Amino acid sequence: MKTNTIKRQLAAGVAALALGAMATAANAADNGKYRVGIVTFLSGPAAGPFGIPSANAAKVIVDGLNKGALPAPYNTKGINGAEIEAVVIDEAGGATKQVEEFRNLVQRQKVDAVVGYISSGDCLAIAPVAEELKALTVFYDCGTSRLFTDNTKPTYTFRTGLDAAVDNIGAVRYLAATKPDVTKIAGIQQNYAWGQDSWTDFTESLAKLMPKAKVVESQMPKVFQGQYGAEISALSVKRPQVVHSSFWGGDMEAFVLQANARGLLDDAVALLTCGESALDRFKDQAPNGTIIGARGPFGAFAPDNELNTWFVKAYTDAYGMAPTYPATKMAHAILGLKAAAEKAGGNNGSVPTAEATAAAFKGATFESVSGTAKMARADGHQAVQPISYGTYKYDPKTGKASIENIITFSGECVTPPDGTTSDAWIKAGFPGAVCN
Amino acid sequence: MLSFIAVLIDGTIYASWLFLVAAGLTVIYGVMRILNMAHGSFYAIGAYAAASAIGWYFSDGTGSAGMSFLLLIGCAIAAGLVVGTLVERGLLRFMYGRDEILMVIITYALLLILEDAMKLIWGVNPYFAYQPYTALGRSTIAGLKVSNYDLALIGVAVVVGLALWGWLERTNLGKILRAVIHDREVASAMGVNVRRMFFLTFIIGTTLGTLAGALTAPSISVVPGIGVEVIVLAFAVVVVGGLGSIEGAAVGALLLGLSRAMAVHFAPQFELFVIYGVMSLVLAIRPQGLFGRTLARKI
Repeated sequence: MKTNTIKRQLAAGVAALALGAMATAANAADNGKYRVGIVTFLSGPAAGPFGIPSANAAKVIVDGLNKGALPAPYNTKGINGAEIEAVVIDEAGGATKQVEEFRNLVQRQKVDAVVGYISSGDCLAIAPVAEELKALTVFYDCGTSRLFTDNTKPTYTFRTGLDAAVDNIGAVRYLAATKPDVTKIAGIQQNYAWGQDSWTDFTESLAKLMPKAKVVESQMPKVFQGQYGAEISALSVKRPQVVHSSFWGGDMEAFVLQANARGLLDDAVALLTCGESALDRFKDQAPNGTIIGARGPFGAFAPDNELNTWFVKAYTDAYGMAPTYPATKMAHAILGLKAAAEKAGGNNGSVPTAEATAAAFKGATFESVSGTAKMARADGHQAVQPISYGTYKYDPKTGKASIENIITFSGECVTPPDGTTSDAWIKAGFPGAVCN
Repeated sequence: MLSFIAVLIDGTIYASWLFLVAAGLTVIYGVMRILNMAHGSFYAIGAYAAASAIGWYFSDGTGSAGMSFLLLIGCAIAAGLVVGTLVERGLLRFMYGRDEILMVIITYALLLILEDAMKLIWGVNPYFAYQPYTALGRSTIAGLKVSNYDLALIGVAVVVGLALWGWLERTNLGKILRAVIHDREVASAMGVNVRRMFFLTFIIGTTLGTLAGALTAPSISVVPGIGVEVIVLAFAVVVVGGLGSIEGAAVGALLLGLSRAMAVHFAPQFELFVIYGVMSLVLAIRPQGLFGRTLARKI
């Protein structure tokens, strides 16, 4: 109940932040501040697990940067000395609405950069508009592999999060390293592009890295279905050893709860590529040993560096809980933007142009809460970072969950080389992969 | 063989849930001729109320499973009474006698308002209240492990169905309600307080919606939007069974539940389509639904 009260307070705080930011932005078109549009889900099913933590992280990082409170190399105030002003927008409503919101941010609210977007559909819709408007845009979370294959000559668009294919290549590499004798694998995914693409990347990688493992069952229920009784039975009767799922949010938590209660997870290990986002909510409902990921070196998998230590403390002090991976990804993206804008230079206190910042961002290497990130793919517009997986462990005495048996795979081990699509790279057997 | 047994078990469990969700919708339509789009919100309010109460009850780690079930049902009834009274007294009573299409639009507006009201009250973060779900343990039927909570849901659906049927068919109040269903003008002329019957029906329908949500809450993560997802399924059930028919809702739920379970087990690629496929097939053969009566239009 206490947790629920905290959650309500968080939501109210974010709503207040959004309203306040929008109110001030509307009447201050050119106030010498570095204005950043923050776009993430503030309503709808993705808000709780992803959007609210992301918006909270944006507030923590923006406040910290404006005070000059972060450790080096981000210990200078604001961005290039200019105070950062966040304009927070709700990502809910679909791609068409988001394109309108994006145009509004750029043309009416005159933001200097936009950091945002969880939905792959929104990213794909926004990218060409951002290029058309010459608006510096940093995609922080969406995972679609098509972002830079559809948008082949990006100038103003960057992605600091990882491609979704990386999640599943990493997942198979983790299985191959920890459970090489597994022969029966099943999967359950949400029936839309995210789930279907994840399952394709996973099964194709499985065929190359664990050829003895066979897929015995695949289920694709409707997104937000919530009830998985029949699917769990269908998985159970095939007696899989591992059940892969790219489920997220309430669907993931409901599936784990129901599958555990039904005994499916007594006999099979769940592999949850987005599992870390519910680390504090699973409690004793996810069996110890469940394999979880965080879509990169984020959340509980973030490295033990000075920046992350500061971020975890500031976030925990503000919201009473440790940041999950969407929060870390947002912090990571804003730090990438600051690094690029300050590299672009100009007088202290001035706001560098989108062109100069984009040129500095391209191919850059920057330090972040998630370690060192290299913008080394998609002609310098897509970040390359390692990915980690580990197993869930819950301590009933303390009521705390942790991750153990962590294995981290380098970016070069799980990311297709520049100019190669993930699908082609997987089918070719990962040529050129450099694994640690 | 195991797959066929699984289809039977899964289909019956899912049908029970569908019936619980759809029962209130069909009761309200049967008596009041209101296609209540806000029924999904009543379901969500029941789920949130139950999840909050269960979270509070188990917050110190000393709650008992038996009491948590009473809490679920108590929350559902309390939420149903409060929300039903507010909506009927505060809105719907001013709208009686309006066109059915207008009532759909009014209740749709109500759904949107209630969705936002729920965000204001409970926020957008998920609520997890699993203790009652896991407390009952599980059984093994022909090699298939099944949650006892899910099996208990079948019993609850049967009890609710029989109670509704008994109330309508075997009590004086039920006879009065059937008179209202048959012809509200004649019933009114015979001294029946139709508006009081409407109020009573709406409270029962709302409470059935909140009960369905409260009983579902322990097995899901309660998040914004669950009511919207559910209302589409509930409509499919009542349309297949025949609008306003309790026995139709039961048969419709069973038909859709078993069809969906068969698709999941034997043709998962059709799982998304099967419920609406069956609905289309039924409507093509019997446009009024399986138990619906063809009515002459009054001019």
